[in-house]
Amino acid sequence: MTLRTTTPPDATQGRRTEEPRLTHRRASLIQAAFLVLIAAVALIPLLAIFLGTFQDGNVIIRNGISFSVDFSELSLDNYVMLFTDSGLYFRWFWNSLIITIVQVVGTLLVSSFVAYGFAMYEFKGKRLGFILVLILMTVPFEMLMLPLYVQVNNFGAADQYWIVVLPFLAQAVTIFFFRQYFLGVPKEVLEAGRVDGVTEFGIFFRLVVPIAKPAFAAMAILNGMITWNNFLWPLLVLRSPEKFVLPIGLNTLLTPHGNNYELLIIGAFFSLIPILILFLAFQRFFIDGMTAGAVKG
Amino acid sequence: MKKVLYSQRLAPYFFILPFVLTLLVFWLVPVGRSVVMSFQEVLYGQTTFIGTANYERLGRDPIFWKAVYNSMRYMLLTLLLLIPIPMVLAAIVNSKLGSSRLKNIFKASLFVPALTSVVVAGIVFRLMFSETPSGLMNEVVGFFGFGPVRWLREDLTGLVALLALAVWRWAGVNMMYFLAGMQAIPHDYYEAASLDGASKVQQFFHVTLPNLKPTMVYVTTISVYGGLAMFLESFMLYAGNNSPNNQGLTIVGYLYRKGIQENDLGFASAVGVVLLVLILAINLTQLTATGTFKKESVR
Repeated sequence: MTLRTTTPPDATQGRRTEEPRLTHRRASLIQAAFLVLIAAVALIPLLAIFLGTFQDGNVIIRNGISFSVDFSELSLDNYVMLFTDSGLYFRWFWNSLIITIVQVVGTLLVSSFVAYGFAMYEFKGKRLGFILVLILMTVPFEMLMLPLYVQVNNFGAADQYWIVVLPFLAQAVTIFFFRQYFLGVPKEVLEAGRVDGVTEFGIFFRLVVPIAKPAFAAMAILNGMITWNNFLWPLLVLRSPEKFVLPIGLNTLLTPHGNNYELLIIGAFFSLIPILILFLAFQRFFIDGMTAGAVKG
Repeated sequence: MKKVLYSQRLAPYFFILPFVLTLLVFWLVPVGRSVVMSFQEVLYGQTTFIGTANYERLGRDPIFWKAVYNSMRYMLLTLLLLIPIPMVLAAIVNSKLGSSRLKNIFKASLFVPALTSVVVAGIVFRLMFSETPSGLMNEVVGFFGFGPVRWLREDLTGLVALLALAVWRWAGVNMMYFLAGMQAIPHDYYEAASLDGASKVQQFFHVTLPNLKPTMVYVTTISVYGGLAMFLESFMLYAGNNSPNNQGLTIVGYLYRKGIQENDLGFASAVGVVLLVLILAINLTQLTATGTFKKESVR
């Protein structure tokens, strides 16, 4: 299940030395230059927005974002504004944080619970159930947008946080990932638990969950990122500005006749920071989590 | 009660219960209602059965067909970009040449864009593709001696901006998929090919490519869905659901416009049903083709 992200050991070391040394060296130089160039291009949009946080937002909206800036005009005004402004930005940041934490804890608990059922037992309807998991895993949420929106309005559940979180507790990709992981857990663990008189649910919570820590880490990261960035469903559900999550709040700042473009740029940049910090700290779990669907059982 | 907690026969149903409930409450019931609504006219809570009138209206609606065309075009082009490019990048990273330190930095740099929300990415790309001469992309084309381009105002250049956004966000993730696929290919295969005198390029086409088939199927599948369901990228890039001549309007965008912005629920449900049928047809074809319905893969 774990993806190897390091370069595999060089098995043909012996043969390579027979090749002319210089060609090899030149080839690796060309490769290095190419990799650096592509990496730089990939990072340009992020550098551009970082530079934008020191510029006048109205100018950026009018002239676009670029690197040809008058460096004498850069200032920390936006940062001062962000931290002294009485606006809703940090309210949205806080809302996003709370929803993300609740969603991650809930999804991990519920989805691993479901996955355990699929991984460890034989029962009627299992095949159909799991095929439905596979279908839900690939069908985009956009398909569901309108029916769910109508449903939420009919139930009078609009503008409430629980409805933002609830549809994603039993989340297909997470169920799939945990199921793959649990399939690798030796059945002896379960048998030992049963002999000791532990209930079926006790076996899951007390014996299996503790040995599945890497899977929980990868899925915490994946779901945390999805929730932090989630835009469409909160956009359909949440109505009052003080309840907005960050992506919706930022989007409202992008109106053509807005008057708060400074906040738009610096706010967008600050919304990236929690994820970037986590990525630098737990890069491996990010890659494991985000490429979770690819390794089919 | 005690019996239930220890029953290996009943336990699995408790375990999968949350999934079954989610499926019922958030999928089957709403989708079922939506199918019913697509045969109705829904006005201020008053519903009238109008047969297939919504679907007939849909068939005659040029804006719907424009949206279908836009979604299909976007989907096909993202397939053409987001499979070969990440695959070549993965092959370069997977080669024995070069420093692994640099390669790790490279992988991280390409992965970072996938961490951005569509909102932040959309804001940045909208500002980069500004039509003023001082926008970043206009500076780039200006460097090559071309005049300022009215990026988001024209159909083709607007499409370029959308595709650039897609490639920027997903090339790194797809590269990781391919890299994982390549690293799962046994080394002996290359040894054997090399003994037979195959060059590196021949090895790529005759060893790497055939063995990457499962990865390719997976990446193609998610790209097809992602492409057909694209909406938010356009929504952010054009700062709302309206673009010049509807050049950025997609099927989901049309669904959003009719259902959520104009509250024409019956008609919008018909759009949704067409899209759902399209997606499920592709889904079932793919699951059948990859043998998921066969016994051994769903243990």
